[in-house]
Amino acid sequence: MRDFQVLGARAPRLDAPAKSTGQAKYADDLTMSGMLHGALLQSPIAHGKILNIDTSKARKLKGVRAVVTAREAGLVKYGVSPARYDETLYCHEKVRYVGDEIAAVAAVDLETALEAVELIKVDYEELPAVFDMFEAMKEGAPQLHAEFPGNVTAEVHQEFGETGALMAQCDLVVDHTFLSKRQDAAFIEPHSCLAVFDLQGKLTLHTSTQVPHYVMRTVAMVLRIPVGDVRVIKPCVGGGFGPKSEATPLEMSACLLSKVTGRPVRMNYTREQVFLHSRARHQFYAEMSLGVKKDGTMLALRNKAVLDGGAYTSFGIATVYYSGSLLGGPYRLQAMKYDGWRAYTNKPACGAQRGHGGVAHRACFEQLLDKTADELGIDPVEMRLKNVMVAGQATINELNMSSLGMKECIEAVRDGSDWKNKKGKLPKGKGIGSACGFFVSGAGYPIYRSDTYHSTVVIKVAEDGGTVTVLTGSAEIGQGSDTMLAMIAAETLGIPLECVRVLSGDTEYSVDLGAYSSRQTLMTGHAAKEAAESVRRQIAEVLSVHMGCDAAHITFRNGNVLFRGGPGDFEKLRQGYIKEHRGWTDPPGGDYLTFREAARLAFLEKGTLVGTGKYKPPRLGGAYKGAAVGTSPAYGCSAQVVEVSVDLETGQVSVDNMTDAHDCGLAINLTSVEGQMQGSLSMGLGECLFEEVKFDSRGRIINASLGEYKIPTALDMPNVKSIVVESNEPNGPYGAKEVGEGAIMPTIPAILNAIYDATGVRINELPVTAERLYMAMKEKEKKP
Amino acid sequence: MKTLIQLTVNGEPVEAAVDANRTLLQFLREDLELTGAKHGCGLGDCGACTVILDGKPVNSCLVLAVQANGRSVLTIEGLAENGKLHPIQQAFVDKGAIQCGFCTPGMILSAKALLDTNTKPTEIEIRTAISGNLCRCTGYQKIVQAIQDAAEAMTGKEGS
Repeated sequence: MRDFQVLGARAPRLDAPAKSTGQAKYADDLTMSGMLHGALLQSPIAHGKILNIDTSKARKLKGVRAVVTAREAGLVKYGVSPARYDETLYCHEKVRYVGDEIAAVAAVDLETALEAVELIKVDYEELPAVFDMFEAMKEGAPQLHAEFPGNVTAEVHQEFGETGALMAQCDLVVDHTFLSKRQDAAFIEPHSCLAVFDLQGKLTLHTSTQVPHYVMRTVAMVLRIPVGDVRVIKPCVGGGFGPKSEATPLEMSACLLSKVTGRPVRMNYTREQVFLHSRARHQFYAEMSLGVKKDGTMLALRNKAVLDGGAYTSFGIATVYYSGSLLGGPYRLQAMKYDGWRAYTNKPACGAQRGHGGVAHRACFEQLLDKTADELGIDPVEMRLKNVMVAGQATINELNMSSLGMKECIEAVRDGSDWKNKKGKLPKGKGIGSACGFFVSGAGYPIYRSDTYHSTVVIKVAEDGGTVTVLTGSAEIGQGSDTMLAMIAAETLGIPLECVRVLSGDTEYSVDLGAYSSRQTLMTGHAAKEAAESVRRQIAEVLSVHMGCDAAHITFRNGNVLFRGGPGDFEKLRQGYIKEHRGWTDPPGGDYLTFREAARLAFLEKGTLVGTGKYKPPRLGGAYKGAAVGTSPAYGCSAQVVEVSVDLETGQVSVDNMTDAHDCGLAINLTSVEGQMQGSLSMGLGECLFEEVKFDSRGRIINASLGEYKIPTALDMPNVKSIVVESNEPNGPYGAKEVGEGAIMPTIPAILNAIYDATGVRINELPVTAERLYMAMKEKEKKP
Repeated sequence: MKTLIQLTVNGEPVEAAVDANRTLLQFLREDLELTGAKHGCGLGDCGACTVILDGKPVNSCLVLAVQANGRSVLTIEGLAENGKLHPIQQAFVDKGAIQCGFCTPGMILSAKALLDTNTKPTEIEIRTAISGNLCRCTGYQKIVQAIQDAAEAMTGKEGS
């Protein structure tokens, strides 16, 4: 029975008033006296040997305080996965893409720093470059990294069950291929940071990041300073979506320049540099075959992936694993074979972005499913329902669906969109399509191999007992995690939400791996709950002595304390509190002892009241190679139905209606859950219809601006019918799990399936520009 | 060579000497420490730097500070009165229209410029008015709802 006082409501976000008035501080809003401005020198060519770097003129420019290159920075290799540390802060022998970092300058103002960058003279020997992932893996292709011959960053070969044998037993095997394009996360806030070394040699870095913890570790490793001397503080962050999940050359340069100059150093990426740094969504090629029985039962899936990784690995190893592992569900399969390759090319490195590694392959698979249903003459929604997994089942690659409202989501969008009256009944040029998907609620393992807790939380009670502060290293990046944590703390302590304050995003507060893989609600949420339980227990123990009531019979509700369900005789305690706070205007009142009085009493006996909590997942997943990627304590899932209109004369697509259902376990804050759902759909719609980072023949991005690289505007997004489907996730705090990424999974294929319904044309390459669809429709007309 | 400019910012007279190439955004953020207007692109693409200049929303990254001479600028800091949120701000808070918040100041000011001239906008008029303000977080739905709510709250107030 669910009986919550705080959870499950529509709570206004804690940070919203400050953000609505301009008071909220982002990294670029911070200044310090004596602050210098930094700028980066980046490679103008896509591939070349560095013969010489001459910084003498730059150093002599008036106002320049430091110029650093690999000579000053050293050559410590870093990256995301320790198995593939393939970057150094600055290039020393080679540059590998247009934008590769070579040097950094600190000067009294930005203009001087930029002028100094221009004065650094680099002699290159240009090398042949490769920009296409298929070309890169061919023999004789230009090689990016001597350590990784063949330009293969990572390859994966997995098989679960007897794919070949099962395919032979199938009544029908259908194939499909799909090609997506490199996407940019296009968060509105470009990366920004401010680094300062104090006189004790301790570093504080203020930076727009999703992962203060990983940034702290990488900065410490690369600059060779003790982890304990590095404090990373994340102010408000203007969106992340994945690419802010790793330490950047910008951050490390600011830290190094501050170390060299002894002054605070601010650095920002321009919008163009955001595109150059990238670490956003890869380009994916997918090739699949699905084997089914005549009745639509799925038996086996063959899946092949090629990923364009760009010049460095970043998150790429995990990405290429995810493209396989995230097809294990949400449908029952008896066999699955996966072969994936990630290629190095002379372009900015790709990394993690919303729906990490899963989005393109999900798009291919859900189209393949529709194609198969079409050939079998089965309604695609019915085919999905026929094969869908339910809670308690595990995928063939051993992902455990401890809760799964997939069936409920499909039924919700079917009914919510009036599917039955629309599918096959819409006029020409109008179409309806559906798709599903699921995603992790936090990765089962940290990025570096470790037994570390994934989250710890500290909860501290003010000495008067009236305010509770949650201290956490977790990262509020706009998704609403601070409010979520306040709600969990308030619920657990039985106090109103207004009594809770959250201090977050600071590595001094606690250990938290950060905002990626949709982990904070489940993981930081667990730690916050445990910390609050500790505080509650400590207060109850003190009260039990004073009230002669067993601690087990003391409960906290709406800011009141109940003894065996009733008020108890607490008059003496109240008198004591009031006596201590003589002259104060807000004496505790009411028929019950308040949390405030109780917490004060505990303080008087025990000193400052602090509770700590921690969380790490249990050992998850199978024993096969790569089994860690895709594991999670819980999985969120979604289904969507999309309706489109296609202008048959021009190929222009407009999305008219979207119906979306998501199972997020318990919806802690309904408004925030819907916000994540709607935002996910918007990003998926953009990737499907407009977004593509384009390069010229020499590896330069030709659309590195938000004018040329189009993301959805308010005129492109329809209103979404958002249906929150709640399950009770046994591994989540109060039954909660993810919503931030699973919700993007069905969007692209649902649109593509709707376009097929409208036109009879199956588009297997993104983005679906008017031109691409028009040409495809023309092509189809030619065929008999 | 600096130029002396006089203008009104959030109702207060301001006098300053500025370089000819200084943008209004730089002037507001760096000289006046009004950091509510955000720098998202510097090219007029994203709308995060939107302020209201003589009643019209403008990308302050595309306006030179000297061009604001003799004119009146409203930034997000000038909207709340005596610590009480403006109805548009309140609606953004209540409706969940704010996620990362980086587009929010510009979005709210574009909404204000609309509602100042059109008290009962249709949904498409609202969407058109904010179509120069990019948001990557929300999908715009709750923003549109917030502006609709604010329009109702503001006309209700005038009626009473």
